[in-house]
Amino acid sequence: MKVNDIAALLNEPACSHNLKSKSGCAKLKPGATAGGCTFDGAQIALLPIADVAHIVHGPIACAGSSWDNRGTRSTGPELFKIGMTTDLTEQDVIMGRGEKRLFHAIKQAIDGYSPAAVFVYNTCVPALTGDDLEAVCKAAEQRWGVPVVPVDAAGFYGNKNLGNRIAGETLVQYVVGTREPDPPPVDPNRPNLKVHAVNLIGEYNIAGEFWNVLPLFDELGLRVLCALSGDTRYREVQTMHRAEVNMVVCSRAMLNVARKLQQQFGMAWFEGSFYGINDTSDSLRNFARRIDDPDLSARTEALIAREEADINTALLPWRERLRGKRALLYTGGVKSWSIVSALQDLGIDVVATGTKKSTEEDKARIRELMGEKTRMIEDGNARTLLDMVREYRADILIAGGRNMYTALKSRLPFLDINQEREHGYAGYRGMLELARQLTRALESPVWAAVRKPAPWTVLEV
Amino acid sequence: MAEISKRNKPLSVNPLKTSQPMGASLALLGLDRAMPLLHGSQGCTAFAKVFFVRHFREPIPVQSTAMDQVTSIMGADDNILEGLKTVCEKAKPAVVGLLTTGISEVQGADIRRVLKSFRARYPEFQEVKIVPVNTPDFNGCLETGFAAAVRAMIEEWVPAADAGETHPSRQPRQVNVLCGALLTPGDVEALKCLIESFGLQPVMVPDLSDSLDGHLSATDFSPVTTGGTPVAAFATLGDATATLVVGASMNPAADLLQERTGVPAYRFEHLLGLAAMDSLVMALADISGKPVPARLERQRAQLQDAMLDTHFMLGQARIAMAADADLLNAFSRLCAEMGAEVVAAVVSSRTPVLERLPVAQVKIGDLEDLESLARIRGADLVIGSSHAAGSAQRLGLPLLRAGFPLYDQLGGYQRVWIGYQGTRQILFDIANLLLAHSQHAIKPYRSFYSRKFDYQQEASGHEVATASVDSGLRR
Repeated sequence: MKVNDIAALLNEPACSHNLKSKSGCAKLKPGATAGGCTFDGAQIALLPIADVAHIVHGPIACAGSSWDNRGTRSTGPELFKIGMTTDLTEQDVIMGRGEKRLFHAIKQAIDGYSPAAVFVYNTCVPALTGDDLEAVCKAAEQRWGVPVVPVDAAGFYGNKNLGNRIAGETLVQYVVGTREPDPPPVDPNRPNLKVHAVNLIGEYNIAGEFWNVLPLFDELGLRVLCALSGDTRYREVQTMHRAEVNMVVCSRAMLNVARKLQQQFGMAWFEGSFYGINDTSDSLRNFARRIDDPDLSARTEALIAREEADINTALLPWRERLRGKRALLYTGGVKSWSIVSALQDLGIDVVATGTKKSTEEDKARIRELMGEKTRMIEDGNARTLLDMVREYRADILIAGGRNMYTALKSRLPFLDINQEREHGYAGYRGMLELARQLTRALESPVWAAVRKPAPWTVLEV
Repeated sequence: MAEISKRNKPLSVNPLKTSQPMGASLALLGLDRAMPLLHGSQGCTAFAKVFFVRHFREPIPVQSTAMDQVTSIMGADDNILEGLKTVCEKAKPAVVGLLTTGISEVQGADIRRVLKSFRARYPEFQEVKIVPVNTPDFNGCLETGFAAAVRAMIEEWVPAADAGETHPSRQPRQVNVLCGALLTPGDVEALKCLIESFGLQPVMVPDLSDSLDGHLSATDFSPVTTGGTPVAAFATLGDATATLVVGASMNPAADLLQERTGVPAYRFEHLLGLAAMDSLVMALADISGKPVPARLERQRAQLQDAMLDTHFMLGQARIAMAADADLLNAFSRLCAEMGAEVVAAVVSSRTPVLERLPVAQVKIGDLEDLESLARIRGADLVIGSSHAAGSAQRLGLPLLRAGFPLYDQLGGYQRVWIGYQGTRQILFDIANLLLAHSQHAIKPYRSFYSRKFDYQQEASGHEVATASVDSGLRR
């Protein structure tokens, strides 16, 4: 990928980082980096597309240590769970045989697995030796009649966010708009219902959590043309251009997709979240607001009223148990406020939150939710986090999996909220699961046991 | 002995291989207060970290020189300098492993030269030991990267006998142990105990049982490893009475150590099964001059008994296995000892030991190869990592989890495979898996003439009669 293209992608006009400080897009520091590369970000964004053969073009490190490690789930095809790589050898690199190997690899994937499409991910080594990914993909597509999409997101281009963006850009460029959607199915019980098409961008169906929310969409007559990219099929991505509204779910990284779709097809979009009762209700309302259909608005309000009443009743005993517990939250970007609101819904006192990847608006929302004096954590290395937990007398650390064992080693209750997690927290029903997992962590009898010194060491003192 | 068949397809499907930098990182993690620093883009490190965190369920120290687009093209020497400086300042390690990756190798980074500049420019970090290792992703596998790192450690820190003024047997009870990548932290710990039971003092290189054994330490956080071989121990290796070498992959490291120090090496390709353990115990008795402890004799007798109990299930059992070479060799030899047959052997990368494998054929390939070979050759059981779970499920076969990575079960890292006791447990586990998945039962036959009164009325009586044609003993 050319330097200019990367610069253009980094300059995302819809992202408020552009106007204010670019703290979320900071330069990498050798010896003190955390987080994945551009390839990682692109792969995360696209891998959940379930019926596509995802080929990683590079030596073994890129695919070998990353395949089959995502918590995303599919209702049907499992092709995305099959790891595929050209596994370049020294001879391939020296003799310049990478392109040839890739060409035949694409054929092998098509012959062996009949994918709806093939996505080819570039990585550092072929990017450096100069393999022409686009040309190989084009030739393969023409030869075998299956869409072959080049995802040029080599690791050294930058960070994970850039990879997300390249992934989105690639879909808009190569896939979106290449097919018209099938007519919507008709519900025999409601044959006259006006069905509206929407897209979700940045929804990955981690642990199947979107299945908590999707029944509500069905009830409202909202048809998800494409969720980018949880439990998605290639055919659905092709039809994204026919939605009425796009919702960008919990991720600033793929704003470029929403913006491009707005420019090219005039689609309205909004940012929202399905974490927490209020945010879930707001997101549903936002759809109704942007779709000009009074009946939909009325149905949405009725549904929200019913769901909120139900979940509030169900949460009563849990709120009792969680009330006044103190949590320190460390997560990136938009999640910093959407999770805060979910935790507050449960009666938890969020004493501080991470804002490393948050924009000024994100921070304003945090202040709104948590008060002016709220402590925001910019640099959350393990040492800082543990010190802050102590300083704020937090009962639990809520963060991504990478910090899990840091917390456990310091005998601190922990809840994982990143994409490797095994539990889904989205939607009204997800709140129950969140409450259950929080109490499981907080009320466990092991904390007393692991903090207890061996009795013979106490005797000596 | 074994016919080695090469990779013959362009695409690797469900890869078996784990990269060399990962193996070298793992070896570094077996040193005390250590930090592996991967010279590559930040993803190389992030993937390695996640991989090991999921396997060990421990915080894993590993850092990156964070090469980006500019430095990948224009040269990334400054990234190494800055990365080393930052790591030394922030994490205060005793040891740093400077490891290359695919991208830095293609770029042609000269890590040794840059390391010299680092030493000249930052004398304040003179105390920090730094070992450079070339570990391109496009060669070898986890096992070879691990072995390369151990060899590099010896190269850097073990002086020649005359220069270091060491001589063999000055420490009559010290025994060096070069622990190959096939040993889990649990194995290393068991091996240590075994050696100590002969009154000897083992120095494990590296010592994963002291760093990645999953222990809760008094301090709440450390940016580097909290245990492992102290780097000072390398200077004492030349004074030992003997060196035990476990894993054929460690031979180059063992050759170098022996050449430098003159300490005699006892080499073991693996420690599974009666024969391998007998030769280890004989060696320890020989080195220590002490009789074999009664407890070991008891354990040996227990293993023999287990071999009798399980030979009914393991005899002629057809095993499919995919792993790095040393582990594959270990299990193949154990299978041979029990009369079981490894009918599908897949290995991640070519190494010298493959020729000696007691199997008819070994394939350099991936888990797709394992799956198809196991299907064609009618395997009864799969041995492989968590990645093989999908293959085993599609084959309808039980899976014994071994190797890297193990993320869908707990405690895989501390499993003790070696020794009389470890082997006994393997035999029980394999036998139990085979029992639970037994497909050898005779299919019930419902007779037409001698029918029982409680048979349901069949839809077509003729079908019952014709069933006799393909009945009987069938697998």
